[in-house]
Amino acid sequence: MIYNIPYIAVILLIMVGLYAVVFKRNIIKMVMGITIIESGVNLFLVTLGYRAGGVAPIFTNLPEERQIPGQLVLPIPQALTLTSIVIGVAVLALMLALAIQIYRQYKTLDVTKIRRLKE
Amino acid sequence: MDETSKIIKTVSSVMFPFVTIYGLYVILHGHLTPGGGFQGGAIVASGCALLVVAFGSDAIAKRVKESQLSLLESIGALGFISLAFVGIATTFFYNSLAGTKFLFGKIPPYGSNPGYLSSGGLLPLMNLAVGTKVIAGLFAIVLILAIATRKKGGRSK
Amino acid sequence: MNSIITHSPALLIAIPLFAAFITPLLSRIHRRARDGFVLIVLAATELLALLLAQDIYANGIRKYVFGATLPSLTHPGTMSIPVRIIFEIDGLSIFMVLISLTIAFVAAIYSSSFFKKEDGLDRYYTLLLLVTVGMVGMELTGDLFNFFVFLEITSIASCALIAFWVDRGESLEAAFKYIVISSIGALFVLMAIGFLYGQYDALNIAALANSIQFTFIDKVALVLLLAALTMKAGIAPMHMWLPDAYGEAPPSVTIAVVAATQASLYGVLRVCFTLYGKGLRLNMAAVGWTLIGLGLLTIFIGVTMALVQRSLTRTIAFAAVGEIGYMVIGAGTALAAGAQNFATVALKGGVFHIFNDVLDIGLLFLVAGAIIYATKERDLNNLGGLAKRMKCTTVFFLIGLLAVAGMPPLNGFASKILIYESTYQLNPIISIIAILSSILLLAIFVKIFYSLFLGPELPHLRDVKEVPKGMLVAMAILATLIIIFGLFPGYVLQTIVDPAVAALSNPTSYINAILGGA
Repeated sequence: MIYNIPYIAVILLIMVGLYAVVFKRNIIKMVMGITIIESGVNLFLVTLGYRAGGVAPIFTNLPEERQIPGQLVLPIPQALTLTSIVIGVAVLALMLALAIQIYRQYKTLDVTKIRRLKE
Repeated sequence: MDETSKIIKTVSSVMFPFVTIYGLYVILHGHLTPGGGFQGGAIVASGCALLVVAFGSDAIAKRVKESQLSLLESIGALGFISLAFVGIATTFFYNSLAGTKFLFGKIPPYGSNPGYLSSGGLLPLMNLAVGTKVIAGLFAIVLILAIATRKKGGRSK
Repeated sequence: MNSIITHSPALLIAIPLFAAFITPLLSRIHRRARDGFVLIVLAATELLALLLAQDIYANGIRKYVFGATLPSLTHPGTMSIPVRIIFEIDGLSIFMVLISLTIAFVAAIYSSSFFKKEDGLDRYYTLLLLVTVGMVGMELTGDLFNFFVFLEITSIASCALIAFWVDRGESLEAAFKYIVISSIGALFVLMAIGFLYGQYDALNIAALANSIQFTFIDKVALVLLLAALTMKAGIAPMHMWLPDAYGEAPPSVTIAVVAATQASLYGVLRVCFTLYGKGLRLNMAAVGWTLIGLGLLTIFIGVTMALVQRSLTRTIAFAAVGEIGYMVIGAGTALAAGAQNFATVALKGGVFHIFNDVLDIGLLFLVAGAIIYATKERDLNNLGGLAKRMKCTTVFFLIGLLAVAGMPPLNGFASKILIYESTYQLNPIISIIAILSSILLLAIFVKIFYSLFLGPELPHLRDVKEVPKGMLVAMAILATLIIIFGLFPGYVLQTIVDPAVAALSNPTSYINAILGGA
């Protein structure tokens, strides 16, 4: 059961993030919601690779008695998470730049007030 | 008051070289210890962000122009892609420096060892290229966001 | 020549990527040098794609392994699973690559004369080349996580391009909506990739397709993937970002975003037919019926909302939404019909309609851009009587509108008749709704054509001139392709569309190309 706690944390993070994106009216809070969802997904990816009793997958740093590759934590999800973090940084920078421009244009950060594109 | 105090300015100026050296260490040893291009670049960029916070975006913008950062970023990206093209005779991204007698060409022994810096082939060079790009890119982002949100109104860019 | 074709999958990505980062350096020299350089790079990439297409139609699936000692070494040493990132190109991939590169080339030609006084243009060209790299990468790759990375590259670059006119508040709002929806969709894709990797310990599409069994987690992953990719492809009810993004961006950006939307539709096809292909038709005809339902909803929403718009670009954007519905009902019919022989016809119609729709809607957007450039007006109520001054633009708009509505000598008819025939045999109501929507689209666009071009000339439009030559050349390229595809649909179907459909209907050949017949 204790090994399921990270997965429960993932679901909670994603729900908190979705709540922030859907129900909050300030643009910066929506941006923060997306960052929280991204943290949840990254946590999910890292937790996938866990193997019980494993060590960090640094090949040249193994203690003498561990076998290769039986008790290493999987390294591929760590590479996926790293790529996802980099993409998250780029998206965050873009969204904040758009928020600054929106503020300069409309003088408010309230999503309901900048909704000029009606159906 | 609008300016930060002298203590903050002095401590940031003292800490900045250490942070940069640590970031460059993480970039360069990316093929041995956790780290690499993006991680080390983010560390150096956070050192630069420390300077921006301490001295204010106007003072830093006078020293560093945004076009210089853009040039550095392009050089980093071009360096990365050129390194990928080096082994094009075999395949794209082929590690053609591993196993040769050039700078990073040694093949490390199997199993636990202290880690040899001059192994890894093209990987440390690619780490350096990516690190340059990330330093320039993240520093430019922090600087431009700081200039755009000044109290006296930002640059219209 | 042979070695160029061997390395061409990597070169198709590497050359625009390299050019994207040289462009800011070149723009310090001269503006024209940068424009010419971008055009030459995109033309060279398109030629390379045509050479590769000939090779694929002759020799079958080609694969390229990045960083191996041989480009086709998927299993180095004694490994039994494919390692390294592998690009796998079959008929459908090269079909979509040709679409993306054609549109990128036309967009570059159009931009070189549309933008006169804006600054920040060197970043515009970098971003345009990055959108090209992202789209081509999405269509070529055979690795699921690589697909996610290129998907994110495309969405970030196209969001920055949509917000190019930063002093218009509407563009900023459209770009913000686009990036919020895109990044949530991409995070869902990443979760689905995590689920699949945790189950099967493979990221390669062929290796996953070989070992998928339909457990509960696989179905969850399928739902997440389809939800996110249909969100990016603009299928109702997740189409909200599409009219804003298409309507408020600069016109050459809009056609690049149209091509990027089709690349996400390619993702939907790849997931449904290849990744889950081995069991999908037997186990889950429900997916096909869901796609048909979503497609009908898309057509209905697109066409009815297009009736009430007042801005020219938003009308065309809603028509684009409707057209995407046609492709989806083609694909859905192919899934739901299973092994009956009209399933192939439906898939042919749907896949052919991808190309036709990109050309038609692209031409309409370019014409709308020309009108905005010449008259600086966007509202349909303030425009009228432009036919005397802008003759070429009138002709192009006429060609575009006939093609979108599916009139016989043009290409829209060829693909729509295939869709009508096959969906009629599945369930007549589907094809009736589709035909009625086509007629409605014709009515809408004829009304727009009349009010824009014919009729009396308005006083404040007395001195509009024809648009510059670059924009006319871009529109002429699209119009020529539309006419050629309309006059020789059989030839086009045989050469380009049949290999694509054969590749989709045959997931085992995709798997065997990588896993070596195991």
